[in-house]
Amino acid sequence: MVWDWLPTYMPLLINGLWITLTLLILSTVIGMIFAVPLALVQALQSPYLATPARAFCTFIRGTPLLVQLWLLYFGLGSLFPMIPGIRQSFLWPVLREGYFYALLAFIISVAGYEGEIMRGAFLGVPKGELEAAKAFGMSPWKVFRRIWFPRAFRLALPVLAGETALTLKATPLAATVTVLDLFGVSNKIRQDTYRVYEPLLLVLVAYVVLYFFIVWAFHWYEKRIPQKR
Amino acid sequence: MAQPGFPEILSLGDQGYGDELLRGALVTLQISACAYSIGLVIGLAGAMGKLGSNRIVRWILALYTTIVRASPDLIIILLLYYAGTGLLNSMLTARGYTSVHVSGFAAAVAVLAFMYGAYSTEVLRSAIQAIPVGQIEAAKAVGMNPWLRFRRIIVPAMLPLAIPGMGNLWLNVTKDSSLIAVVGYTELLLATRQAAGNTKQYFMFFLCAAFIYLAITLVSNQAFKRIEARFRRGMPKLG
Repeated sequence: MVWDWLPTYMPLLINGLWITLTLLILSTVIGMIFAVPLALVQALQSPYLATPARAFCTFIRGTPLLVQLWLLYFGLGSLFPMIPGIRQSFLWPVLREGYFYALLAFIISVAGYEGEIMRGAFLGVPKGELEAAKAFGMSPWKVFRRIWFPRAFRLALPVLAGETALTLKATPLAATVTVLDLFGVSNKIRQDTYRVYEPLLLVLVAYVVLYFFIVWAFHWYEKRIPQKR
Repeated sequence: MAQPGFPEILSLGDQGYGDELLRGALVTLQISACAYSIGLVIGLAGAMGKLGSNRIVRWILALYTTIVRASPDLIIILLLYYAGTGLLNSMLTARGYTSVHVSGFAAAVAVLAFMYGAYSTEVLRSAIQAIPVGQIEAAKAVGMNPWLRFRRIIVPAMLPLAIPGMGNLWLNVTKDSSLIAVVGYTELLLATRQAAGNTKQYFMFFLCAAFIYLAITLVSNQAFKRIEARFRRGMPKLG
């Protein structure tokens, strides 16, 4: 084991860790924002929107994330330049970046998986509680905001914890589209120094630590919610 | 040379890439099936070991399942794919044997089987633990030896409980096999990428690959529904 490269690459590694974390947090949060309406139209069995929402969730859950990522990066990425004038537009610096496509792919994937989880959670809230809220004269929006969503979110919390941990484990895929996340940096070190195992093992340890931190953080948050069992 | 258009480009034979994609899909299914079956055997042994009385075995297995389940799939695959073959060869040469060339297929299967062995261990362990203790004690009481007990009582009693989890594992292994493309073995995804690179039709080809994976998932879902119904016969309906 040779570790003399470590000081040279430390700034790059910390930057990689930062990119991994922003990918994880942004995709989880934004994905959740899309997941809630996806789940809601399915739970309410909205006549026009339920079927497309279910088809979307099935498609996302039935295909590998790497295929989705490459479909966006190589597929969409090769179609964008055909739009006339796009190279001059302010969007081009964003559309050129692997990071943008990785983030987009992760958001879509998280939305699909969490949409399915939240659908079950919305249906799992006891009907009586929603009826009671309605009987109090709450508007549908207020019922959703005060009763339905918070209850469903707590029901889904253990599964969402697992899902977030899975998202973390999926973030290294971003390195396949030139993003210098934690794993991408380890690839770069391998190419520069020809050391194969040390950088890989180092980032592996970092991912494992992050994994257990996520598990612990969700567990801590779950315990803070008072409930009778 | 003129590029063929949309439907023709997927045709079989020299002009289209349909046969390349189908061959890739077949390789994906072969890798997945081999890795899945070996993973289940590892899982069964691991589950029995975890529930057994040997403390060192339990400790090693806990380490194995925890590390595999906590680390990113891509990094495990990369580490084992490179390190595994290197380690094997350095061990062989150290003992005086000549080094062997490990085929990409065998390495892919070995790596995925190692990963899914850990996941299966947990699925099967929880299924075995859900068997009412009385059934196993009754088997002991009528004098069955451990192997007979395992074959006649534990496996048949845990299967209905394990099938949903095993179904999920199968779906995950077909999807995770796409990561093998990153280490450069031509399965469905890498075949797609090569075809897309040759024709510059990236969007269309990756969409095709996505729908092939989706078809595998949907067919497997139906199959596992039937298998579950078969193994749950005589038990109360779910839901």
